[in-house]
Amino acid sequence: STKQSIFQALDTFPKRHIGPNENEINEMLKSINTSKLSKKNPNSLEQLIEYTIPKDIRLNRELNIEENKVIGENQLLKDLKKIAEKNKVYRSFIGMGYYGTITPHVIQRNILENPGWYTPYTPYQAEISQGRLESLLNFQTMVSEFTGLPMSNASLLDEATAAAEAMQMCVNISKSKGPFAFLVDKYCHPQTIDTIKTRAEPKGIRIEVVDSKDFKFTEDVVGCIVQYPSSNGVITDYKEMADRAHQANALVVAATDLLSLALLKPPGEWGADIALGNSQRFGVPLGFGGPHAAFFSTKDKYARLLPGRIIGVSKDKQGNSAFRMALQTREQHIRREKATSNICTSQALLANMSAMYAVYHGQQGIKDIANAVHRKAIILAEGIKRLGYTVLDRPFFDTVLIITGDKTDMMIKELESRQINVRQYCSKSISISLDETVTSADISALLNGFSAHASKPLGLSSPEQLEKETSTISVISEEFARQTPFLTHPIFNRYHSEHELLRYIHKLQKKDLGLTTAMIPLGSCTMKLNATTEMYPVSWPEFNSIHPFVPANQSLGYKEMFESISNMLCEVTGFDGCSLQPNAGSQGEYAGLMVIRSYLTSIGQSQRNVCLIPVSAHGTNPASAAMVGMKVVVVDCDTNGNIDVADLKAKAEKHKDTLAALMITYPSTHGVFEEGANDICDIIHANGGQVYMDGANMNAQVGLCRPGDIGADVCHLNLHKTFCIPHGGGGPGMGPICVKSHLAPFLPGHSVVKGVGGERAMSAVSAGPWGSSSILPITYVYLKLMGGQGLKKATQVAILNANYMASRLKDHYKILYTGSHGLVAHEFIIDLRMFKESAGIEAEDVAKRLQDMNFHGPTMSWPVPNTLMIEPTESESKYELDRLCDALILIREEIREIETGKADRKNNVLVNSPHTEKVIVADNWNYPYSRSKAAFPTPATVASKFWPTVGRIDNVHGDKNLVCSCPPLSDYQ
Amino acid sequence: HEWVTSLGSQNYRLGITDFAQKQLGDIVFVEIPQIGATLSQGQPITVVESVKAASDIYIPMDGSITTVNQELESSPELVNEEPMGDGWIVEYKSSKTDQFQSLMNKAQYDEYIKEH
Repeated sequence: STKQSIFQALDTFPKRHIGPNENEINEMLKSINTSKLSKKNPNSLEQLIEYTIPKDIRLNRELNIEENKVIGENQLLKDLKKIAEKNKVYRSFIGMGYYGTITPHVIQRNILENPGWYTPYTPYQAEISQGRLESLLNFQTMVSEFTGLPMSNASLLDEATAAAEAMQMCVNISKSKGPFAFLVDKYCHPQTIDTIKTRAEPKGIRIEVVDSKDFKFTEDVVGCIVQYPSSNGVITDYKEMADRAHQANALVVAATDLLSLALLKPPGEWGADIALGNSQRFGVPLGFGGPHAAFFSTKDKYARLLPGRIIGVSKDKQGNSAFRMALQTREQHIRREKATSNICTSQALLANMSAMYAVYHGQQGIKDIANAVHRKAIILAEGIKRLGYTVLDRPFFDTVLIITGDKTDMMIKELESRQINVRQYCSKSISISLDETVTSADISALLNGFSAHASKPLGLSSPEQLEKETSTISVISEEFARQTPFLTHPIFNRYHSEHELLRYIHKLQKKDLGLTTAMIPLGSCTMKLNATTEMYPVSWPEFNSIHPFVPANQSLGYKEMFESISNMLCEVTGFDGCSLQPNAGSQGEYAGLMVIRSYLTSIGQSQRNVCLIPVSAHGTNPASAAMVGMKVVVVDCDTNGNIDVADLKAKAEKHKDTLAALMITYPSTHGVFEEGANDICDIIHANGGQVYMDGANMNAQVGLCRPGDIGADVCHLNLHKTFCIPHGGGGPGMGPICVKSHLAPFLPGHSVVKGVGGERAMSAVSAGPWGSSSILPITYVYLKLMGGQGLKKATQVAILNANYMASRLKDHYKILYTGSHGLVAHEFIIDLRMFKESAGIEAEDVAKRLQDMNFHGPTMSWPVPNTLMIEPTESESKYELDRLCDALILIREEIREIETGKADRKNNVLVNSPHTEKVIVADNWNYPYSRSKAAFPTPATVASKFWPTVGRIDNVHGDKNLVCSCPPLSDYQ
Repeated sequence: HEWVTSLGSQNYRLGITDFAQKQLGDIVFVEIPQIGATLSQGQPITVVESVKAASDIYIPMDGSITTVNQELESSPELVNEEPMGDGWIVEYKSSKTDQFQSLMNKAQYDEYIKEH
């Protein structure tokens, strides 16, 4: 540092990302005091790591990222802008589930770009999540009303995976033992067909892709799917087909488009049992494929078989209406391999944007937009006809199919030279999908393009002229026209002025605790800093205004960034190949296991179908294994929480002819770097299996050890944990997978975009070729700004922070598991099980009491019932760690008051928590403790109080009385 | 953690034990199985769900479902309140008396839960 140039950047990032400064780091190291273990590097980060991570797996060099150059935040954004500018922002009318949209600026700035909305976690702590829960309920209500199906979930990852989920749901509803078949209309979007096929194959579901007119409902058919309107734009009457399906006990799935449903008869009214689609065009930028929220709705009677998170209405302890996540027993964290799906993270932030778009526009506004889009399509069709082209003469909504014959290639090139992208539908036709962004100039540009090769000499009329001349043309006949109203709830009719909407957004935001208020110490969730500089590029048009299926030469900037990220992630993990396609950790697991499956098949080992999973694994693991048709065999843990190696060995050997994989989380879900992880990998390999490493705990590994070096063959990375993509209140996420070279050829490809995946690529797992492309700059900026040194330090401090907290808490709570030197990894579990008997207190009471102290509780009752798992991350300062330790120590004293009889066992500050403002200021106060003890127990709460807006939520009431759309207005405060 | 009682003429009634309902917590849903379904010993009949857990109910003998407790559809809490009484789940017919004989009796079960 003595030779540092005056031009060296001062706005460097690691010191901002990492919470504690050097003095604090030293102070914390001293309090952990590893110097008692040896005299080498006493009380240093190096010494801490030496006694935390087993020697034989430690990486003894720095990661080679950005050659450890020090780049300032501003310079990096300038560099990235140059890369972004290699993307060409043309006008795209390609359609296929992705459309131009106008994101209302009030929504862009106050939701998409607002950490109050993008930093919270999934709303498991419902009392401090009422804002986004209300908004997600609006989303469900919106979807239900548009689709005409009453039970909606709060989003899935994308339209294609939603379709695959629908297929599996049809199988589950059928209750048949098989064989199963699922019929797919050939006019569905190609990426949807692709993803359905990927999902069907390992489950042995027969897929038939034909014209829906020719659907044959044989006995094995459990369901069918059609696109409404079709991928080629045509609106078809499926009523008769639906009747035939139902007569044969098969279900009907409609992949559909919300905007078109403003004008068209909802699928629920012509016989669909399930509706799904992409809500992107409700105000969410294209983003080169994502993130967007897929929607999914069905009939009430199938609620318990619905995949994904469902928001429901219940009551709090005081009897007020309150929102929560309902029917969680369907989900992977409870049902494991019997879950309806492996999905966890969904697309909450984007669902909230789409819901808010509906709140902003209301029924009339959306109708106006839909009408305008439709009329523009009519105008375009008429103009093109007048140029002598044949336009498919079938009812359409927004997509015009033009028979271009031999001129097809020439026309595509002509339009591209005018910076316009259309879809080449087949070798002889082009389709053009219009949207709310289309202007008169766009129509002129399109017509001019077509007139360049027109058979008729310039019969060109202006769009305004055409508007007048087509005003009486109607292409949506009575039978297709929507009769039922939608967005009728007052929520959708009272916030149409910007002030009202702005205040509504902020009213909801204030109810939610995000990283803008306090640390969120959720174990296994890695709630680290989502830096503003990382978020900046997400809003750049060069990243967010590009259709995923544009020609490759228009996305060179993306290509460069993808390659760079892939290389960096391979360096971080010690692997050779990377796929950015999986859209969440759950999808990464599924993709990784599918790649293993493809590899095993390629070497003639397709009989291998046993997946070993430790009992301590996250529920997603067995749910994912079930999705790829693997048989789950559970491996025990020993009393220290480590994998029982003898049991593992016995089971691997027992299944040596059928062993496909082991799924292992490292460091373990118990927060410990287990010894002998490499031996475990050897045992699996010796018995013919592959090792899948769950990357959920990667934040403890980056720069210190690598899955590839430990012996794993594949791992997924939760970019929304370790690599800074914000949790968005329950999504978006990204779950890329990295693999060893022998698996790289099988990485997933894409049917629409060529050149994706390995040379023997398996078919797609997501709708978008690179998943949610537009949030990848977040990870890119993080990795580049940290460099190898910064990343290593971040991991060291993540481990330091956890150990510091554990050392402060160990005299007050039992730390459940530690490594051989008494140290924990990046997270740890405090045991509360003894308090059930001694004080009638459970983990939930402690978590809710923390809400009274301005905190979000740690992970509750997982992986061990009635414990709390704390993960502070490297981004929290010593001040914040101390604040949480102080709060937990105070709670221990409150428990002691019950234990000693000073406080009542049934009526105390813990079981009554959280205390709302309404309870505290009520004229009557009937509790045996003071108001200030209830609501202002710590100095921080006196200085600035965060109020939970509802009291303890009655989960039982909510699951018994399922209400999943907006309740009457009287229920709102 | 299920109980079975013989109703005579090869008919049996099945529910979950008091111990099991306590473990599950407040029951919010009991899936109503199909009448007439023929199952072999150990196959899942139905699912009992609380807010935090879901538990499959297995048939302890070969048999076919004859009656289901319709009350549970609207009042699943009966399983908590009277697990061995009005909170019964299904009745089935089975000719396998030997399978019935080989189940634990109440005393054996009480001993079993003490040990576990």
